[in-house]
Amino acid sequence: MIEVNNLRKGFNGVEILKGITTSFKPGETSLIIGQSGSGKTVFLKSLIGLHTPEEGTIVYDGLANVDMTIEDRRQFRQELGMVFQGSALFDSQTVEENVMFPLKMFTKKPEDEMLDRVNFVLNRVNLENSNKKFPAELSGGMQKRVAIARAIVMNPKFLFCDEPNSGLDPQTAIVIDNLIKEITDEYKITTVINTHDMNSVMEIGDKIVFLKNGVKAWEGSHKEIFKTDNEAVVDFVYSSNLFKKVRQAYLNDI
Amino acid sequence: MNYIEHIGKYVTMLKQVFTKPQRARVFREALFREIDELGHKSIGIIAFISFFIGGVIALQTALNLESPFIPKSLIGFAAKRSVILEFAPTFCSIILAGKVGSYITSSIGTMRVTEQIDALEVMGINSLNYLVLPKIIATVFFYPFLIILGMFLGIFGGWIAGVISGLFSGMDFVTGVQMDFDPFLITYALIKTVVFAFLIATVPSYHGYYVKGGSLEVGKASTQSVVWTTVLIVIANYFLTQMLLT
Repeated sequence: MIEVNNLRKGFNGVEILKGITTSFKPGETSLIIGQSGSGKTVFLKSLIGLHTPEEGTIVYDGLANVDMTIEDRRQFRQELGMVFQGSALFDSQTVEENVMFPLKMFTKKPEDEMLDRVNFVLNRVNLENSNKKFPAELSGGMQKRVAIARAIVMNPKFLFCDEPNSGLDPQTAIVIDNLIKEITDEYKITTVINTHDMNSVMEIGDKIVFLKNGVKAWEGSHKEIFKTDNEAVVDFVYSSNLFKKVRQAYLNDI
Repeated sequence: MNYIEHIGKYVTMLKQVFTKPQRARVFREALFREIDELGHKSIGIIAFISFFIGGVIALQTALNLESPFIPKSLIGFAAKRSVILEFAPTFCSIILAGKVGSYITSSIGTMRVTEQIDALEVMGINSLNYLVLPKIIATVFFYPFLIILGMFLGIFGGWIAGVISGLFSGMDFVTGVQMDFDPFLITYALIKTVVFAFLIATVPSYHGYYVKGGSLEVGKASTQSVVWTTVLIVIANYFLTQMLLT
């Protein structure tokens, strides 16, 4: 469970996040949406500790960021997995080495035990027979799967994804979405995804937080987003004619 | 950003670099990888350049000492001194600054712009310690061997050049090389090498680690890092010579 209370963050005197309060539950796939420049990335980076908030707190399973000791912080980082927009796989390492890296850094397991775990998570993301390949030899979708495998190899409590579908074809994007959703349900992880992909919003958003100009303008589930009359959300989510028609059809049905 | 800020940031970076590695096994693997990338793969270029520059030094010395009153053995003596004092430690270090410095900046810079460094930080890894410390250890411990190799091959190149050109005999050259040998000169050269090796590892790492933007900025940072490393080597060379030889 992550509880965010009145989170504020700015750079060079410009306030980017203007007091965001929300929460993310375990076993739920939560999405952060909003226009470019709305503060999504700053929000996500604040959640994972890459940015230090100027005001407000983030509480992870009862432990507030402001109360964390260095040891707590180290422990917390081992409990979170992150999938970056560009996958951020280590170029000089093979798929196997990339996924094994957190295990090597933070566990004292013997090599064969680590290898078993690596093979398990690679199978889980449907990526067999690629252990010895380098990231440059993989397609975008495969790279994302390796990134997910690396993110879950330590059995994290929290999974953060920054635009996991960007640059992927629609079919692969759905596969990645479903994979994240399955993993979240299976391991009861608190998953927070930063996305622009409206398919993801409709398909896997147990909770959706809509940011506008650094403020939480709306939050609800993927079902509620069809019914909302919040103008900002409607303008953003249903900006294409196709989605307008989908929404209309949904509203007509109910 | 002014120079004082850069120096402050560089020193702060070094403070983070010199911490205990989080996992000895991972550090050892990274160290051997860096020894291979930064040291082993530089042997060829150092050997090639040392051999030919040693030859050129010997030929030029011979052509400038044509007086019958000057013994031919002085050619070997002068070539030895030039190679040991300046050519091997300084010239080779500048070449390494170009070759290795650009590699370090571009590899770390690419990791920065592709969020690989963020990925390390999110995992709770001290990215500076993980990325830069193995490079410093690899260069500081391996480059003295490279420079000693450069000294041998430079002097050998001088001897070969003399024998082939007929400007001086091999025996005269060897006599000159053995003349008035002062072991402190080797110590001096190796002290310089260690300082230069440290600069070659850290200055490009600094430029790569703090790069912002995309591939164009990484390219610019690589160029800047080579320029600054060379400038700092030349300045350090002056001060070290002043301190150690005068």
